[in-house]
Amino acid sequence: MFNDSLPTFWSIWVAIITLTVILGCLWLVLAVKKSEKYKEETENTVGHAFDGIEEFDNPLPRWWYMKFLGTIVFGLGYLVLYPGLGNFQGILNWSSTGQWQEEMAAAEVKYGPVFAAFGEKTIEELAQDPAALEVGGRLFANNCAVCHGSGAKGAYGFPNLTDEDWLYGGSAEKIKESLNLGRMANMPAWQGILGDTGIEETAHYVVSLSGRAHDEALAAKGQVHYQTYCAACHMPTGQGMQMLGAPNLTDDVWLYKAPTLTVLESVKQTLRHGRQGVMPAQLPRLGEDKVHLLTAYVYSLSQK
Amino acid sequence: MSNAVAHPAYDYRTVRHFAIMAVVWGIVGMAVGVLIAAQLVWPELLASEWTHFGRLRPLHTNAVIFAFGGCTLFATSYYIVQRTCHTTLAFPNLARFTFWGWNLVIVLAAITLPLGMTTTHEYAELEWPIDILIAVVWISYAIVFFATIAKRTTSHIYVANWFLGAFILVIAILHIVNSVQYPVSFTKSYYVWSGAMDAMIQWWYGHNAVGFFLTAGFLGMMYYFVPKQAGRPVYSYRLSIVHFWALIATYMWAGAHHLHYSALPDWAQSVGMVMSIVLLAPSWGGMINGVMTLSGAWHKLRTDPILRFLVVSLSFYGMSTFEGPMMSIKTVNALSHNTDWTIGHVHSGALGWVAMVSIGSLYHLIPKVLGIAQMYSTRLINMHFWLATIGTVLYIAAMWVNGIMQGLMWRAVNPDGTLTYSFVDSLEASYPGYLVRVIGGAFFLLGMVIMLYNVYMTVNDAKQQDTIRDTSEPEPAAA
Repeated sequence: MFNDSLPTFWSIWVAIITLTVILGCLWLVLAVKKSEKYKEETENTVGHAFDGIEEFDNPLPRWWYMKFLGTIVFGLGYLVLYPGLGNFQGILNWSSTGQWQEEMAAAEVKYGPVFAAFGEKTIEELAQDPAALEVGGRLFANNCAVCHGSGAKGAYGFPNLTDEDWLYGGSAEKIKESLNLGRMANMPAWQGILGDTGIEETAHYVVSLSGRAHDEALAAKGQVHYQTYCAACHMPTGQGMQMLGAPNLTDDVWLYKAPTLTVLESVKQTLRHGRQGVMPAQLPRLGEDKVHLLTAYVYSLSQK
Repeated sequence: MSNAVAHPAYDYRTVRHFAIMAVVWGIVGMAVGVLIAAQLVWPELLASEWTHFGRLRPLHTNAVIFAFGGCTLFATSYYIVQRTCHTTLAFPNLARFTFWGWNLVIVLAAITLPLGMTTTHEYAELEWPIDILIAVVWISYAIVFFATIAKRTTSHIYVANWFLGAFILVIAILHIVNSVQYPVSFTKSYYVWSGAMDAMIQWWYGHNAVGFFLTAGFLGMMYYFVPKQAGRPVYSYRLSIVHFWALIATYMWAGAHHLHYSALPDWAQSVGMVMSIVLLAPSWGGMINGVMTLSGAWHKLRTDPILRFLVVSLSFYGMSTFEGPMMSIKTVNALSHNTDWTIGHVHSGALGWVAMVSIGSLYHLIPKVLGIAQMYSTRLINMHFWLATIGTVLYIAAMWVNGIMQGLMWRAVNPDGTLTYSFVDSLEASYPGYLVRVIGGAFFLLGMVIMLYNVYMTVNDAKQQDTIRDTSEPEPAAA
């Protein structure tokens, strides 16, 4: 774990200046209180006038004085109980990391059995179980919806999970693999190799694969580039390869179709600069049982 | 007072310029605020990259804090320091330079922020060439202010000047330390610190921008204009000594409370919290001294809307300086952090305290520096008062409701331990509050527009009567 203790000199330094300020406030208020000339409200001024403004020599209001002392006592008490004075941990031995660990442990005791029970069923069973899907849907809303959308329909750069098109495979096992370990997609940038003309030609060929409008002459040249550089991952037919997460280019699903660009222009952008999609690994965050349930929920979305 | 004290001819030219620009920038800054509040209700108003929330929000904060607040502070401090030191302004040409320099900074901010140039430090987004200009202007300001104090003809230094002096000194330190960056081009730089250290320096700066720019400076304003407008002596000289020293000593430490439950070491979080709580009484010292100064003059509130602005500002000051220490307590902060409660708290201070005390002070000061008896219309001041008060109450009530609701929604859990609400659920629930905020903000803005009209007509009056002088005539000495 990260050790944030201070070197001895700085620890003592922090303790000294912290106490100096608090005790200095205490000394200040006591000294002024002691030197009061009048103990009750007075109409006597201290004798100066600035642009006609004078100042009464009133005593410190008692309730205010008591409140000030109260906050100073509270502050000193807090620094005895909790960390604050350099490396002194406080007599309660509290730390924010410790508090977090305790709360997580308490939550595990309380909620662990709920998910353990789901963990014993198969994904196919859970995908038919409305109670399981309700909890799975909440896990999705809390953990996945921020990228994939609350309806799981995806967004620019984030795949739609409700259709039949899968980058890495839509079987229960493959979905679980994606959730457990995450995914790191890597489409290389081709600008340096293909140049502006080559990008243009290749893009026309790529959009022709899904039957979109294209320039025949450019596409013909593009096909040569495609077979040289792209076919290894996207396959000679353009149908993609789920083992590598290389998308199918023959369908009408475009992960990176920018809202402001046409498909052709978006493909050019992808060819020029490449893509590095990342799905974070969920196993370290959520644990096996929750990933299991989430798998069932995501699996159920495309099983209708 | 005896007639032996002859008043010098005060230098009012720069004061007048800053006072007028304060009103103008106030409208600009608050209009941007209303726009970005509306964007949260109607996202289609985000329109383009240059008018996107992420770029306009820093423009709003910079414009209201440094353009509106800053011009008000320059105007009032130059006015107060001369009059309470019974001397003329030192280096009047340097003071004029601060006017043009500061307004150049503001114009550059209004250009660069929408273009997306930013250092990313909150309330310090301006890029390094502008930072250098700010430093030059600020040091010039300090020279004018402290040189005027040095040539005072009074034996003591009036309490307003303690606060103004502390504000000028500390802002210089904060600005310079928080701006240490590596420039990589003319428009881009990176801070020399990183990680938790960078966050701590950012909030040491950020919270003291509140503590010294928006509190100490405006307390200085309060200590002059409240007794002046009420025609009463300050309640307690002793109280001002204790609360001044305790306030400046503890504020310096409070910034860490913005980083509770973060990567900041626990000891630093605790110290930030303890100092914030000790700060409660010193803050309230200022409120008590202001409000109690009115004892014996309460009846004036019925007829004097300027005094009403000043008193209500002190009430909001008391309220937000109670709320602040409370929110710095870790367990409260665990609920309030990242919610609209924080925004409500800030605006309770910014609209209720800073803007109201500024407006009251400007209404007092503007006729004086124009050489005429009073503002064009007292009725319009009264109307402004009610618009500002209602606007502030709507704003902060909406944000309290939203903030506490968001905090509770974010921590609500189902029987299975999952969160009951997604973030979007809490956002949808916040829309009514966002709408009320737009209305509250629009009220406040409308008040400022009325103020501008009133100021414009007052300047017209002064022009017709030919009373505007760059230096004041010696005044009759009767207080």
